[in-house]
Amino acid sequence: MDNIAGQKSTLTWAVHLSVLALVALWLFPTVGLFVSSFRTTDQIVTGGWWKSLFPSEQNLTIRADSPENQIEVGGLFVIEGELFDADQEFEVLVWGVSSRAIDAYVPGETGELSKGGTVTVSTEGHYRLENTEPFKGSRGQRIFATAVTPPEFTFNNYKTVLFTGATSESMGSAFLNTLTVTIPATIIPILVAAFAAYALAWMDFPGRALLIAIVVGLLVVPLQLALIPLLKLHLAIGIGKGYLGVWMAHTGFGLPLAIYLLRNYMVGLPKDIIENARVDGATDFQIFVKLILPLSFPALASFAIFQFLWTWNDLLVAKVFLIDATGQTTVMTNRIVEMLGTRGGNWEILATAAFVSISVPLIVFFALQKYLVRGLLAGSVK
Amino acid sequence: MHPALLGVFTIAIGVVGCVSYFYLSNVFLDKVLFPASGPKAGRNINMANQIRPWLFLFPAFFALTLYLAYPVFETLRLSLTDRLPGNRYEFVGLDNYRQMFAETKFWESMRNNMLWLLVVPAASTGFGLLAAQLTDRIKWGNIAKSLIFMPMAISLVGAAVIWKLVYDTRPIEQDQIGVLNALYIFFGGDAPITWLTLPFWNNFFLMAVLIWIQTGFAMVILSAALRGIPEETIEASIIDGAGPFQVFFKIKVPQIKNTIVVVWTTITIAVLKVFDIVFAMTNGQWETQVLANYMFDKLFRANDWGMGSASAMIIMLLVTPILVWNVRNARNEMR
Repeated sequence: MDNIAGQKSTLTWAVHLSVLALVALWLFPTVGLFVSSFRTTDQIVTGGWWKSLFPSEQNLTIRADSPENQIEVGGLFVIEGELFDADQEFEVLVWGVSSRAIDAYVPGETGELSKGGTVTVSTEGHYRLENTEPFKGSRGQRIFATAVTPPEFTFNNYKTVLFTGATSESMGSAFLNTLTVTIPATIIPILVAAFAAYALAWMDFPGRALLIAIVVGLLVVPLQLALIPLLKLHLAIGIGKGYLGVWMAHTGFGLPLAIYLLRNYMVGLPKDIIENARVDGATDFQIFVKLILPLSFPALASFAIFQFLWTWNDLLVAKVFLIDATGQTTVMTNRIVEMLGTRGGNWEILATAAFVSISVPLIVFFALQKYLVRGLLAGSVK
Repeated sequence: MHPALLGVFTIAIGVVGCVSYFYLSNVFLDKVLFPASGPKAGRNINMANQIRPWLFLFPAFFALTLYLAYPVFETLRLSLTDRLPGNRYEFVGLDNYRQMFAETKFWESMRNNMLWLLVVPAASTGFGLLAAQLTDRIKWGNIAKSLIFMPMAISLVGAAVIWKLVYDTRPIEQDQIGVLNALYIFFGGDAPITWLTLPFWNNFFLMAVLIWIQTGFAMVILSAALRGIPEETIEASIIDGAGPFQVFFKIKVPQIKNTIVVVWTTITIAVLKVFDIVFAMTNGQWETQVLANYMFDKLFRANDWGMGSASAMIIMLLVTPILVWNVRNARNEMR
């Protein structure tokens, strides 16, 4: 097909490059969050995540131990110590003792201190100050070092966010809550919708066209309209805010798409099979259970994925119908929004929390993309 | 009871309840109400077959009526009333609307919503069309497609976090960790900009998030439409000497015009309902308010059901033309 179009090879290259650019542009933000979720707080604030994939150079200012801790060794006054913590794999490139010359020496060289005495710094960050007279003052000598850190990633953020963090910020419980909302809210509408879709597709009765038109109309009704009346209803009949309410709300809101998708699919099933079954004396109930349901599996799967993604990712319905003042039943999306407010700058926590929440939809997406695409096509192009 | 257990329990009750409702009501209809035997067997079978569709339809349409149709009218009624203490309501006519129209925040939301409506569907459809056309011609097109499509699976809240990192601002003396500011400084900007507080333009930074999500949707649909174009029309145009751009704009695009319209309207509806992105990223501050978030604000922060309902009715009003158009199309197809 490429060749009948008679394209020049430069154009083909341009196509490859533009697709590559487009994909990179679309992927870049997500990858950024993903990489950030494996970095420590220090790493995140010191440089963009794109630098974390390479060894990074940092300019550090560290104070040596204070003169109080000097020791006298054979007439020499010595202050010794490490510039870095033991678990930091820093490597000193250059160092200095004045802010005006932070790259005065390489590791191993001996530098002169302005107040008298000498200092040496090793590649690993070991320093040794020497003086023939006692060091004076209360504050330690400042040492400026330019150090290289290897790329370093950690799972600690995930541990914190899922298990050890404060209960008010735990994504572990929110994950379970989201799951509790999602599974029934996905399964129940499928059943209810499948029967209705069968009736709309294969049973003859007056008013069928009108009902289909109603379903199509309800497909686009913004759920903002439903919030107040239904909350009022739930409070009035005693359901209040809770799982039951959110399950029912999600079922109601998912039904138009479910009926529409399933009906469109069922109408396309071969007529002969169903007529034959009727002639053989099967009842509608038997036809539905034994023929239509198994044959409609692709459409059922499409809708299940839609509904799953939609309920898992939902914030508004959960906020209105589920989450009460105690906050016990909060879902992940809500928790993340709360964190955006309270820990706007703590990217390691935010990124990790967000990634915990989007990982499941991403897995579902990549595993079942075929059905998702099929459903989209059936749902919008008719 | 533990909520997860309650969930399992509900699934069981829901599934068993559904199945037994359908099964038992059918049995009841066939065996008790209109038995297919005895002197009136023929008439009974006919009666049963006339009633059965309604048995199948009842649960779904009961839920639809209660959860979508009734709220439309109830919201209309509530928008004309004020809530008084003690669960009483007072009819106030158009007062809520008048009050709302007097608020600058409302007009700001309207302006922003119009901006969103102009930009997001156009940009998403445009990028989607571009991506569909380009990926259709290369071998690794399917991988590229699935990567561009991926944001579709990400929640709007997750997307908001992802993009907040892109727009992050650090004090000038520090390294920028947001890619936009890093690029801005790299290309000679003097000081990092707090993108989300930049009046007017911040709307576009929020829109970018939805465009990023919806492009994949547009691409998938349009790519299927492009593949459905008869090969002969393209071959004929090439033989007549059309260049690749002419083929695309003059031959392909006109043939998938209907699909483009469907994609455009679908994204338009998504835009009208946009809530999470604004709620999570700016909460309507710095002149980024949109109707859906304005409504939420009225509803749960100001606790004003009357004005909340009134703003919901405005969203409904904006959706109505699309609703009517969709229903008419569906009816035409059925004929």
